[in-house]
Amino acid sequence: MARSMEKYLRPEVQTTPFCPGCGHGVLMGSLLRAIDQLELDMSKTLFVSGIGCAAWIPSPNFAADTLHTLHGRAVAFATGAKAANPKLKVIVISGDGDLASIGGNHLIHAARRNLELTVICANNMIYGMTGGQMAPTTPQGHLTATSVTGNPYRPFDLVKLVKGAGAPYVARGAVTRPYELIGYLKKAIASPDFAFVDVLSPCPTQYGRRNKLDSAGAMYERLRGLCQSEAQGACAPEGAEDTLQLGEFND
Amino acid sequence: MPLTTVTNPVKAGSRYLSGNDAAAEGAIAAGCRYYGGYPITPSSEIMEYMSRELVPRGGAFMQMEDEIASISSVVGASWSGAKAMTATSGPGLSLMQECLGYAAFTETPVVLVDVQRAGPCTGQATKVGAGDIMAVKWGSHGDYQVVALSPWSVQEMFSLTVEAFNLAERLRVPAFLLAEEATGHLRERVDLPETLEIYDRDYVPKQPPFGCDEADGIPSMPGFGMGENLLVTGSTHDQWGFRKTEGPAFHDSLVRRLSQKVLSRKAEICRHEGYYLDDAELVVVAYGFTARAALRAVRQARQEGLAVGLLRLITIWPFDDELITRVAQGAKGFLVPEMNLGQVDGLVRSAAGDTSVKSLTQVNGSTISPASIMTALKEMR
Repeated sequence: MARSMEKYLRPEVQTTPFCPGCGHGVLMGSLLRAIDQLELDMSKTLFVSGIGCAAWIPSPNFAADTLHTLHGRAVAFATGAKAANPKLKVIVISGDGDLASIGGNHLIHAARRNLELTVICANNMIYGMTGGQMAPTTPQGHLTATSVTGNPYRPFDLVKLVKGAGAPYVARGAVTRPYELIGYLKKAIASPDFAFVDVLSPCPTQYGRRNKLDSAGAMYERLRGLCQSEAQGACAPEGAEDTLQLGEFND
Repeated sequence: MPLTTVTNPVKAGSRYLSGNDAAAEGAIAAGCRYYGGYPITPSSEIMEYMSRELVPRGGAFMQMEDEIASISSVVGASWSGAKAMTATSGPGLSLMQECLGYAAFTETPVVLVDVQRAGPCTGQATKVGAGDIMAVKWGSHGDYQVVALSPWSVQEMFSLTVEAFNLAERLRVPAFLLAEEATGHLRERVDLPETLEIYDRDYVPKQPPFGCDEADGIPSMPGFGMGENLLVTGSTHDQWGFRKTEGPAFHDSLVRRLSQKVLSRKAEICRHEGYYLDDAELVVVAYGFTARAALRAVRQARQEGLAVGLLRLITIWPFDDELITRVAQGAKGFLVPEMNLGQVDGLVRSAAGDTSVKSLTQVNGSTISPASIMTALKEMR
């Protein structure tokens, strides 16, 4: 990460917690750049996360108030923190299993309620920390530790889910397109409404190796190639029957 | 000093209130500024009251999507600086258990009102029970301590709610008002005081929020937005909140301190009332609504010349076993009437020494009558 972003990190933190090739470091850098460009007051910003790899993006790295909660409950904790102190800017950042499986009910109800919260989903389509089990975002047919013959179920399209629940600002970015991602994150953080950004972030350790994606580099190339077709409308992970479109999805 | 005398913000003087409304007024009086909840019989009146009264007083109310979210939001609100509470009943309590452990482990002051109904499971939602005695203490995994107070009147639904807030803030623990449906829905006269003793959380800037030198110490409680760069985590942590998920010493010292900070203060926390204990050969140990029937039975027994007394437990957790041992020295037998199959009975037995203990259990959704207690006392003679 560029040294100019170090001012947002705790001096005690010297190493990254992420595996080689993980996309979450790029997301972390993109989020800090968005915060920097918005000139956000970090002393009045609260970062809330759940349990999983993505929950370690803010905790303990960010030099701000951080609330590392229970698995799935980040949005519910954030709701109380924001309601009790509306002056706080509250940003939730967690993984797809955390936010959309065990925490799925909190996610859709927060979108319905439209309290001012920014929710960022680091979406690697798998449970990374627990060893590569099937997530609600794993594409159909893909291999995981709990779907060794291929995921038989359809994945959630989180953009459609959260938009359908009423969120006024919904976007999807990818760590292979950081400049657009920073733009989405800035809009989400600056929004006075509930705002959601789904961020595609490769997991070479658990996802790539199970699905014969030869290297982290190959995963990024694939995601980059898929996302380039977004200009024509679709970003489709290999093998997915549904397509995941990048961009902003607002009326 | 954090303990201050304040003017009661709710209408003082003689009032006619339900227990649930009195608990809600007690919360307002104690300075509660956040309520997160989910409807459940027989506690919902507390939530309805808070939905009306909190916002006009500068607080916040959220009806959450379930009880898991309710208590999660309450913990978040507490770290945002608000005295915060929720209310529920058995099924909701079961859903809250994981986050109850989070509150204990992160030393978050929260107040939970459990208006107990006849369980287990959905049970009889509108009927009374007292089956959550062990669930409030042992329901979450691992070792931790909570405070639980047992009101026997509408008056105590008010005063013990205030005390629950004071203890939660002072000890940085989850504190329960362990009420019962019969008290929650009881209407009777209360006398609300003009002034109250209120404990506001101790905050010393730039102090470690999760540790201190004493093995039973209670650290300073900061909040979000104060420039403290807080690290709050449910993982094992050091005194500044950094995750320490490997070192055995971190876990050992943290888990022991979280228990010791409560257990070493039992003398300050635990309260009880005694009736006719001086020469009592048989002592009824009762709590909550059942203690009303027990007092009636004891008075009747005294009129009949029986040497009988009542020990009313106000604090259930931490359990005052030294008190039981002390009373046991002058008594031949204990009778423990309960609206469960003997949850406090086991605690009394373990502290009673050679004094015999008889359990009177009733789980039919009705309160225990004075006559039942009288009959049991006569059988013990």
